[in-house]
Parts: sequence; structure tokens; C-alpha cells
Amino acid sequence: MGRLTHLQALEAESIFVLREVAATCEKPVLLYSIGKDSAVLLHLAMKAFAPGKPPFPLLHVDTGWKFREMIAFRDLTAKRLGLDLIVHVNEEGVKAGVNPITSGSAVHTDVMKTQGLKQALDKYGFDAAFGGARRDEETSRAKERIFSLRTPDHRWDPKAQRPEPWRTFNTRKRKGESFRVFPLSNWTEADVWDYIALENIPVVPLYFAKRRPVVERNGALIMRDDDRLPLLPGETPQMRMVRFRTLGCFPLTGAVESTAATLPEIIAEMRASRSSERQGRVIDHDGSSSMELKKQEGYF
Amino acid sequence: MRAQLKLVETSTPESIVAEDPAAVASGAAAKRSLLRFLTCGSVDDGKSTLLGRLLYETGAVFDDQLQVLERDSVRFGTTGDDMDYALLVDGLSAEREQGITIDVAYRYFSTAKRAFIAADTPGHEQYTRNMATGASTADVAIILVDARKGVLPQTRRHSYIVSMLGVRRVIVAVNKIDLVDYDESVFHRIEQEYRKLAGALEFLECHFVPVSARFGDNVVAVSDKTPWYGRAPLLALLENIEAAPQSDDAFRFPVQWVNRPHLDFRGFSGTIASGSIGVGDRIIALPRGRSSRVVRILGPSGDLDVATSGQSITLTLADEIDISRGDVIVAASAPTAPQRHVVARLLAMNEAQLAPGRNYVVRIGANLASARLVALHHQVDVHDYSEQPAAALPMNGIGLATLRFETDVVATSYRACQTLGALLLIDPHSNETVGLGVVEDDVGKAVVPTQMWTTRLATGLADFGVLPADAGQSELAWLAASALVTTLIVLALSGSLAVSVMVGLADFVVRPVLRVLFRSTWAAASRRRAAVRETELTTDGGGI
Repeated sequence: MGRLTHLQALEAESIFVLREVAATCEKPVLLYSIGKDSAVLLHLAMKAFAPGKPPFPLLHVDTGWKFREMIAFRDLTAKRLGLDLIVHVNEEGVKAGVNPITSGSAVHTDVMKTQGLKQALDKYGFDAAFGGARRDEETSRAKERIFSLRTPDHRWDPKAQRPEPWRTFNTRKRKGESFRVFPLSNWTEADVWDYIALENIPVVPLYFAKRRPVVERNGALIMRDDDRLPLLPGETPQMRMVRFRTLGCFPLTGAVESTAATLPEIIAEMRASRSSERQGRVIDHDGSSSMELKKQEGYF
Repeated sequence: MRAQLKLVETSTPESIVAEDPAAVASGAAAKRSLLRFLTCGSVDDGKSTLLGRLLYETGAVFDDQLQVLERDSVRFGTTGDDMDYALLVDGLSAEREQGITIDVAYRYFSTAKRAFIAADTPGHEQYTRNMATGASTADVAIILVDARKGVLPQTRRHSYIVSMLGVRRVIVAVNKIDLVDYDESVFHRIEQEYRKLAGALEFLECHFVPVSARFGDNVVAVSDKTPWYGRAPLLALLENIEAAPQSDDAFRFPVQWVNRPHLDFRGFSGTIASGSIGVGDRIIALPRGRSSRVVRILGPSGDLDVATSGQSITLTLADEIDISRGDVIVAASAPTAPQRHVVARLLAMNEAQLAPGRNYVVRIGANLASARLVALHHQVDVHDYSEQPAAALPMNGIGLATLRFETDVVATSYRACQTLGALLLIDPHSNETVGLGVVEDDVGKAVVPTQMWTTRLATGLADFGVLPADAGQSELAWLAASALVTTLIVLALSGSLAVSVMVGLADFVVRPVLRVLFRSTWAAASRRRAAVRETELTTDGGGI
């Protein structure tokens, strides 16, 4: 990579991966989850195909429990960039009354995210789906390929992964098989924020500290984004100066106390922090191998 | 947290102090360079432990991850009461249960000077292909040697593969130095032994450092237990080592995607494989050889005057020439002749062995082309680097082979340009990646070596389907031997030499023809049976 800085090298690699999919897959889609990684992924996609538009739509698998600010940001972003946005909700899950509060995080995530994603991919016949996952997030992700082959029923077999030397990808697949493709594989959380700052990429305001109504449960600060979050006896939401390191369904996403209200402040806070970004995610905490299991079943 | 971790506290050199927030805010972090390295070595040499240690010491492991590590160390750990740093990198449950690394894992850390991407690769011989994958993108290799065991067969094997895949700078970490009482003579003996081995390889730099991954000696800070060492610790070596990838400076640009958003724009997108290009430069598009001139270079942040190796760009040209994905744009001053034959050093990566006579889909640059492995010149014994004749390459085997392409392809030697000298062998039926290869230097002059006429005949017959695709001389020998036996039997029964010779010849010719007839009839019958089964499955839902 010669004399490129490390962010330039990462940017070039991601653009290469995005173009590779456009050139070799029939019907790609970009999984847009509205968070900071998705923001960077989308920004790179705009660069990769300039002066044209990315030759694929965005897909958001909505669980119905995202922060309202996320949904507003999502719609604004698609409009600003002039891209097609597909929003898919698992209607069966909604009918069955699945929700993060009474169903529990595991069932909610499986039905509304994993099953919802599979439904959407099957419904539209997408043969490649970009995701913003990074290898530094979690140990089973560290072994994930950039081009990750999935069976026709979307399963991932960690033991039968194709070797992936160089950037010479084997993009061949059989009918019904599909790829999950991770252009940000080699980025770290710090790289993502440095790049957002360098390129002035818009992100959801929830990442910046502000006084927000939260309740404290099991050591996590949960924001009461709307009144579907029932208050426990004696609980009253308190206005506290908080922000989010990752974004998901609001009842499952813990906020952190912070005063970082600008990008430089966020970057400084992240570098000084001693806890990982996934700490705030309730769904990851069922044991070290739980992500591997979820991924085998088709979770991104 | 730290107090609970029976760690030998090491002083932290200034270079790894977490970045000054003010410097970060001013964008200093964005100016770091990137170094990709791999850790390799024998089983239980402590590769994962060393990497876990580097991650921990550079602050890339967070407290909540340490809590998980602490819990897992009790459950799976192999280090008694101490933290098992290997569990920071061995992420798959099969690996944690068996206490070994199976797949290559990529981990990330950074210092004020550099960002690092580390590939942690398995030591077991049956996972050599994963180790090679980690080496393929590395600028530098850390080769671990257990101080108690010295240079092992795996050390030789990994050193060969690392060199074959173009890594020119290695750091030999003599690990577990604590277990030999920090003995200087052990370290120097291993250094000498390794230098002898490295003489046969193509390294430009070899560094040696005595470390204890478990206790942290000479990992980020110089240890006071090795006063005789007197050189830089491992992390300082990594921060300062040259990271230039090998390649010459001729401009090569494999066209990855044709960008045609509207009628007024036609650009060619890709990543520059080597050299640089400027607006106005004359180019040639291979393999067709049409020439033109560069009009615009679109970089990731707008128009550029000049672009260089590693950048992902889009070029527009002055003339409407036919260029598609897989073509290669090169400087008009340094054209490369497209070719049909390529001599490459292959590594078999799948249970299906690589054998002469087999057909593969070969990915080279952005090109996907059909090729046949026409000759396997030798297999390399990776323990003494000797060359042995071989009929096929088994999984993890390395050998020199000639590939014959169905169309002209643009390839260079791996030494001249990694991107256009690297190839993947893909099984055309299963789509599995069955091997990787690096193109040898005498590319272009590559010719099919003189083969035994019998091998050529067997390959020719296989082309027509008369012999199985992987038939070699043995198949012909078998046909000849069975015909001879038939001749002798007829001679004994009839007593007529003329009749027996004629029957023998007929046997020799008819047998393969019968085989073709039999196989095609059988295949048609089994297809019918399969079709029937499939219909049954579909009607009752196929168990889904």
C-alpha cells in the first residue's frame, strides 16, 4: 500500500470490496442499520461508484423498536443521497406480539432481526448483502471472511469457510447461495470515528452527549424513547447527560454517562475508555460463543 | 482489574502511551502508517499468547473483555492460575475447546506511530492453508521459536511459505526464554541455526528477539532479565521496520468494474496494482493491446493529477476503446505480453488434490479464466526444501506447475507485481477454492516442458473423454498390461501369434471406448433416478 496513511489504505480496500461485489453479484443490497458503521459504509459506497450512484438499494430490517431519532435520520439520509430504501418488518413477529420487553432480548433479536433479515433477502432475491460488521468487535467476527458464503437457508459454517488469501476473492457461488460481504472488516472503532471526523460524515445525534430521560436497570442506563417501555414500581426517568456508543433497539441499548458533545470529544473519550463498545449491548452477553451461534443461524 | 491479573508489570515506553486526545483531535492519528504482520511458528509456541500480550499491553483489550477472558481462562485456560492471553484471539468455540488455533484471526492495535493488522495463524500442519492466507497480505512475519525446542520442522515450513508469499522481512521471536533461565547461549544458538535456514530463502531482513509472551519480557519494554540482549523490544521493531511491499514500479491497473452511470461518462474502476499514473499518460489496454491516453483520474476524494500503487481510482480515457472487467491497463512504455501458459508455485488448499490433467477456474487479478494444470514439475519438501517428483499435490502440499489457459491472460511474476502474480485455483464444479499460486519469474518464457510421450498421449486422450481427466502414465500402463495379459491368454489357448496379437490390440483400443459408453449410459441412468428423487422431494416439501 506504499505511502498511503492507514485510513487511506483502509478506504481503498473497502472501495475495492464494494466494487468487487457490484461487478460479480447479480443483485446486491446494502444492509443499512443507521449506526456509525453503516454511515461510513454508505459514505464509501458513494465514493466507490462516483460520479454514479451505488448500483444497489439500502435495506433496513426494522424491529419497530429503534430510537425515533434513528428512523428520522434513516429517512433523511436516503433522501439526501437519492438512494432507494427498502424497510422490512417481520409482520409475523409483530402479529405474534414479539417485543424486547416481554419476549426477552434473545427471542426478539432472533425473530425481528435474524428472521426478518432472512425474509427480506428471500423476498427480494438478493444474492449479496453488505454489512458494516468489523472484525475487532468480537472474537468470532475476527475469523469471519470479507466474502462470507451462506447456504440457501442463510447459515454460516465457521469450519467450512473458504480460504481468502490476498484481495483475490473467490466470488463464485451456486444458485440459492449468497454472500454476506463486510467491507469494513479491517476497521476498528477508532478508525471509524477518525474517518467520520476526517470526512465530516453525518451520524445520528444520539452519539453525542445530551440530557436524555433514562432509567437504570441491571447497571445499564436505558433511555425511555417512548412510553412502550413500562416503568417498574418506584422508577422515574431521570434526565441525565448521556450518549450511546452503539445503537440498536432502545430497550436493549445501554447509554453511557458522558459530556462528549462533539466529534473530537467523542474520539478523546473513546481512546481513554476502558470498556468495549459492545458492553452496552444486552444481546451479546449470553456467553463468549453466543455471537458465533447467532451468526451460524443467519444473524449478520 | 490489573492487580488481579498475576502480571509482571512492565514499564510502558512512551511510544505506546494512549494518544494525546488533543493530538487525535487535530488529526495526528489519521497520519499513521499501516503495517500488516502475521505470527506463525510451531504448535504451542505461544503465537496467540504473544498476540494477546501485544493487544493487552497496547490497550487494545478493554476491561469488559478482560472480565470475559478471566472467566474463560478458568474454563478453558492452559496457563494454570494465570490469564490465558491466547483466549483473546482464539474466537471459535472449537478452538477454545481444543486449545488450538484453527483459522486465521485478524486483530488490531495501534501506537502513536503505526496502526497494526495482525494475522494470528495456526501452527498445526493440517491448517497450513490458513497460515498461508495470513501470510499473503503480510508485510512482516513474526516467526516464533520455542527456546526449549529450537528450530523445528514447522519453523522451516512456515519460513518457506512466508518467503514464497513475498514476505521479505521477518522477526524471529525466541519465546519462553523464561523457561531456559534467560540463557544467552540458547538464544544465540537458535539465531545461528535460523540464519543457516534463512540462507536458502529470500529474506531481506531477519531480526532476533528473546521474549516471554507469558510474562511480557522484551515484548513492549526491554527486560532487565536479558541484559545481554541490548537491542529493541518486539513492539519497537514492529514500529520501525520497513513496510514497503515488493513490486517494481511499472504501472499496472486491473480493471475491476466499468463505471457507466450515463452516456457521457465511461470510467474504468480498480485499484492500482503497481507503479503510478498521471493525467495525459499514454496507456495500453491488455490483452487486446489498444492504446489511449488518460483524461481524468477520479480518486476517493475527487480528481487527482497523479495516482499511485494501492489507491482505488476510476480512469477515463481519450478514446472509445473496448475494455471490460479482467482487462489490465498498463503504461504504454512497459507493455506485458498476454500469455497462454503460466508457471506457478502452487499450494493445495483442499482435500481434492491438485493434479495434472485437471481443469480449474483461475482467478488472476480481476480475471476469471479456465485453465488446465498441464504439468506438475516437482513437489517441494518444505522441511529440507528439496524438490521431489510427484503425481499430484495433496492438501497443504507445495509444488511447481504449468497452467495452460483457454484464453490469453495478463500475468506477471509475483515478484514484479503481487496482484497480477497471485492466483486462486477454483474447482469449476464445487466452486471451492482448492489452491493458491504465485507466478514464477520466467513467466512469458513459460513453455510446457518436454514430457514423456505417454503423458502427452494420456492428457490428449483425457481431452476427448476417453481416459479419466486425471489419467496419467499409470492409466496407459494399466491398459497396456491388461492387453498384454489378454494376448498371452489367447496365445496359450489358440497357439496363434497373429490372432493373439490382434485380440490384444483390440482389447487395448476397445476397453477405453467401452468405458466411455458405459459411463455415459450409467450417468444418464443415474440422472433419471436423481430426477425422480427430486420430484418426490419437491412434492412432499423435501423435509423443509
